[in-house]
Amino acid sequence: MSSNRSCGITAHSLMLALLAVAAACEMPGTGVASESEPTRTLTQALSGYEFQAEDTQALQDDPFANPGMLWVDQGQELWRDAGSADEPSCSSCHGESGDSMRGVAARYPAYDAETQSLLNIEGRINHCREKHQQQSPYAYESAELLALSAFVAHQSRGMPIDVFIDGPARTFFDSGQSYFYERRGQMNLACHHCHERNVGRMLRGDRLSQGQPTGYPAYRLEWQTLGSLHRRLRFCNVGVRAEPFSAGAPEYVNLELFLTWRARGLKVDAPAVRR
Amino acid sequence: MITRRDWLTGAAAITGYSLLPMPLSATPADMQKAMRQAFGDSPISTGRVALTLPALAENGNSVRLSVAVDSPMTEKDHVEFIQLFAEANPLPDIARFELVALSGRAEIETRIRLAAEQRVVAVAGMNDGSLWSGSASIVVTIAACLEGLI
Amino acid sequence: MLKARISAPARARPGEIISIKTLISHPMETGNRRNSLGARIPRNILTEFVCLYNGRQAFRAELHPAIAANPFLAFHLRADASGTLEFRWTDQDGEVTTETRDLVVEP
Ligand code: HEC
Ligand code: HEC
Repeated sequence: MSSNRSCGITAHSLMLALLAVAAACEMPGTGVASESEPTRTLTQALSGYEFQAEDTQALQDDPFANPGMLWVDQGQELWRDAGSADEPSCSSCHGESGDSMRGVAARYPAYDAETQSLLNIEGRINHCREKHQQQSPYAYESAELLALSAFVAHQSRGMPIDVFIDGPARTFFDSGQSYFYERRGQMNLACHHCHERNVGRMLRGDRLSQGQPTGYPAYRLEWQTLGSLHRRLRFCNVGVRAEPFSAGAPEYVNLELFLTWRARGLKVDAPAVRR
Repeated sequence: MITRRDWLTGAAAITGYSLLPMPLSATPADMQKAMRQAFGDSPISTGRVALTLPALAENGNSVRLSVAVDSPMTEKDHVEFIQLFAEANPLPDIARFELVALSGRAEIETRIRLAAEQRVVAVAGMNDGSLWSGSASIVVTIAACLEGLI
Repeated sequence: MLKARISAPARARPGEIISIKTLISHPMETGNRRNSLGARIPRNILTEFVCLYNGRQAFRAELHPAIAANPFLAFHLRADASGTLEFRWTDQDGEVTTETRDLVVEP
């Protein structure tokens, strides 16, 4: 057999699925930023874990075979080794074991008064690297930053997510929230069209989840590697033919704060495994 | 006229996922050939080999596979190797595992790539020279060849 | 140096069949994929894994591109003497990654 096989799914079914999504959704009158307490438009939050096949769930649950653990192990090594003899390692300030990081990832992104910016875990790690280790920041999506953020996030596994959105964090939150409900791209779809109004439906061999950030950095079978939440967000932007931001961009950190607030009560399950 | 190729390119642009055609993939006949190359004309009996795959894989990039061979694993009577073949991957060979009596139990597990819905075959070679085989079929939702562009 | 994970018991009874699992960070690049510019990504795979038990070959695997990225392998061993388990992965260019674990065998 020598036909040009297209790997299973047909382009046709994909188009139909996307058009169906576009047609099925109207913009709800919600999600507009305001000074009052924001409301979550989801009734019940569900982790992306619930939308994976049994085999994928089993891989995530296996503390040995979960491939994300390779990054956690590497992160632990980097935690103890600063890479330069003159500078302290992460562990010389934060302790050998990483216990001091327990719960930290569950309350990030967080506003940082010193830099007057919103920092996610990756940003916080790079901040320490620059300020406390006199080293240049790791590139976003570099093996090192993925490893350290997986190591830090893993310390919070099983802990409920709860981010702080009041005070100076609020402006960042508001812009993340607006972004979530804005239509964009040539498909003219907002995040919530897929991740709230069509949850559970199939799109291109994928079952649409609620778009929760709880498992990141996550090992995606499709990527065959660990990737950050922002890498996933870039996919979602390009998926509707919208211009993605670069990973680590402030727009994505704001969106991450909104997503994490929206996920409150769910437990951190990084490193997750996704199809 | 819109060709199939155009459809694919268009969809790739829309979704940001490239739908590159697979390189010419193996066929059941290629698999037979690979098995002949490995075992010559020695007869292969069906049985004693249990190959387990999930009935459905949501992504062909990583599919759990296990093989258990019915053998006492003694010096006198044991499995010497287990070899895996895929019917519709770009290459029919998947892996070859060598065991010894010291293995104690003729069971292995790994994770493999599968490019399409297909049958996977395990052939076990015993120390008496006999060959045994078992197989399993699987449906793959997303084959192991879609590649994200970012 | 690749990052490897090994699950093997530290002790076992004589004759006990122990289960061993290994995981190693490696892309197992098939040579069939293309990057976003359309250029073929060259093949880069691990081709062999060996487990030596006190120097004896206890398990060996020949790997092809159909083995998933970050290869996972699980197999068994009959514990018959205290000593060392050596795990060795070799890539297509002959580069070797080695890990060892001690095993104590006593009643
Ligand atoms: C055209 C539909 C679509 C749109 C619009 C979309 N996504 Fe997604 N998104 C997906 C698909 C498909 C997946 C993978 C399956 C899943 O988890 O839903 C995904 C996955 C995710 C995930 C990972 C969930 C997990 O558990 O791994 C997050 C987070 C996410 N999207 C956030 C967003 C955000 C934020 C936006 C708006 C910028 C957005 N998505 C827009 C289709 C979409
Ligand atoms: C010289 C000491 C020092 C070193 C080295 C250091 N940090 Fe920090 N880190 C701090 C201090 C102090 C804080 C509190 C906030 C601040 O002032 O930056 C902090 C805060 C953090 C936080 C946020 C904790 C929270 O509760 O919000 C994380 C995460 C973190 N560090 C990770 C790291 C990592 C990873 C490394 C190694 C790459 C590292 N740090 C290296 C001193 C250090």
